[in-house]
Amino acid sequence: MPVEYPSSGGLIVEHKAVRGSVGVFDVSHMGDIRIRSGKKPGGALAAVQHITMNDASKLAIGQAQYSAMLYPQGTFVDDLIVHRLGEDDYLLVINAGTREKDIYWVRENTKAFDCVVEELSDAYTQLAIQGPRAAEVVQKLTDADLSGVKNYWFTHGTVCALKNTLIARTGYTGEDGFEIYVPSDEPTSEKVWNQVMEAGRGFGIVPCGLGARNTLRLESKMALYGHEISDKINVWEAGLDRYCKLEKGNFIGRGALERAKAAGVTRTLVGLEMIDRGIARDEYSCCNEAGEKIGVVTSGSPSPTLGKNIALVYVPPAYSALGTILYVEIRGQKYKAQVVATPFYKRQKKAAAPRLA
Amino acid sequence: MAYPKSYRYTKEHEWIEVKGDLATIGITDHAQHELGDVVFVELPKPGAKIEAGKSFGTVESVKAVSEIYAPASGEVIEINGELQNKPETINNDPHGAAWLIKVRLTNAKGISDLMDAPAYEAYIAEKGKETSA
Repeated sequence: MPVEYPSSGGLIVEHKAVRGSVGVFDVSHMGDIRIRSGKKPGGALAAVQHITMNDASKLAIGQAQYSAMLYPQGTFVDDLIVHRLGEDDYLLVINAGTREKDIYWVRENTKAFDCVVEELSDAYTQLAIQGPRAAEVVQKLTDADLSGVKNYWFTHGTVCALKNTLIARTGYTGEDGFEIYVPSDEPTSEKVWNQVMEAGRGFGIVPCGLGARNTLRLESKMALYGHEISDKINVWEAGLDRYCKLEKGNFIGRGALERAKAAGVTRTLVGLEMIDRGIARDEYSCCNEAGEKIGVVTSGSPSPTLGKNIALVYVPPAYSALGTILYVEIRGQKYKAQVVATPFYKRQKKAAAPRLA
Repeated sequence: MAYPKSYRYTKEHEWIEVKGDLATIGITDHAQHELGDVVFVELPKPGAKIEAGKSFGTVESVKAVSEIYAPASGEVIEINGELQNKPETINNDPHGAAWLIKVRLTNAKGISDLMDAPAYEAYIAEKGKETSA
């Protein structure tokens, strides 16, 4: 996936298409790991529960959840989406940059379980069709009824004449949207891509690159591995508590997280909005009013939706209150910013249909 | 976009137009293409001294920060204030309305060593081959 598509008109056009209508991303670089039970039922679930922090036992067939794999220290191997494909059948969608590490981690840590681990990354092309009009575009290409597929659920249907295609209502943009998984051979991928573009023509669909993917996820405060989450940052610091279920039983990292919770966090992720004219970028230093360095920007960028310069930064909890004035060091000078509520952008839920009396 | 014949060009993708001891400086169409949507420009104040080969400001797009290097030495006599409110002018008209600064040259030596338009076009064509190889 390129940073941007000149044919689209560039990053800002791509970003605004996704917020306002629809855009399509080729996210084939994502990795896919399937875990199925061995001879007896239950092995796959037990393995998934052991290596991920969310509670996969709550998943119905056809449902997905955001989760993460942790090191014994409670820090991140990677974040991922767990899909329950069948009674004893799970699909983990992982990041591209951590793919080899992840597959090794999964294989090593599921050995004690009665399950079969299969890497399917190269078998699928993954396309993400995202934006308020995405459902209409995808509906044109499939016989599956998408109106019944809720956020973080999925279905299977014929898409562009490809039978039994996985269609998930998931994404990384903060908008409604779908991710579809089609066979990765080039003629098939190209055919589906072209048909998506054709189906979206009336909605002004544009192909979107890594640049827009980053600004969209940043506005929605979705974590990016190596930035907001890493092997140095734990779940509490990252603020991902609601996806971590200590009560589900033991899993890798749980012990350390319990101890970390008792000890309290020493840093927390906050959103910044620049007050002075300047753009905070990844790895820039963040200072308090006294000029002491108190944190580092994990992601920073102009926000095309808000027309402001925004950033995520880890700071000691004492500096996390909304309205706190902080400074970002840009080329040797300090620029004023303030702590603001996150996510920076939240999509408007569709108004409920008026009820008939 | 055509590269004006009367300008000279640097390897860092700035252009300079010299008239007597006055010069106008900007970034090239190639540079704005590489950057993408420009959202922010930081320029020196009038009166500041710039030195050939040294950075005198920055241009930022959504995704990247790029330093601007002085093609020649001199004193800044005017900056393009319009760019503060309309940084996208750099994408739309990099060789014209989006000039960055005007300077009084302290030393015109070295400017003739910069690339002329055909040489610069050949230079970016060669660079394009390297990156696509």
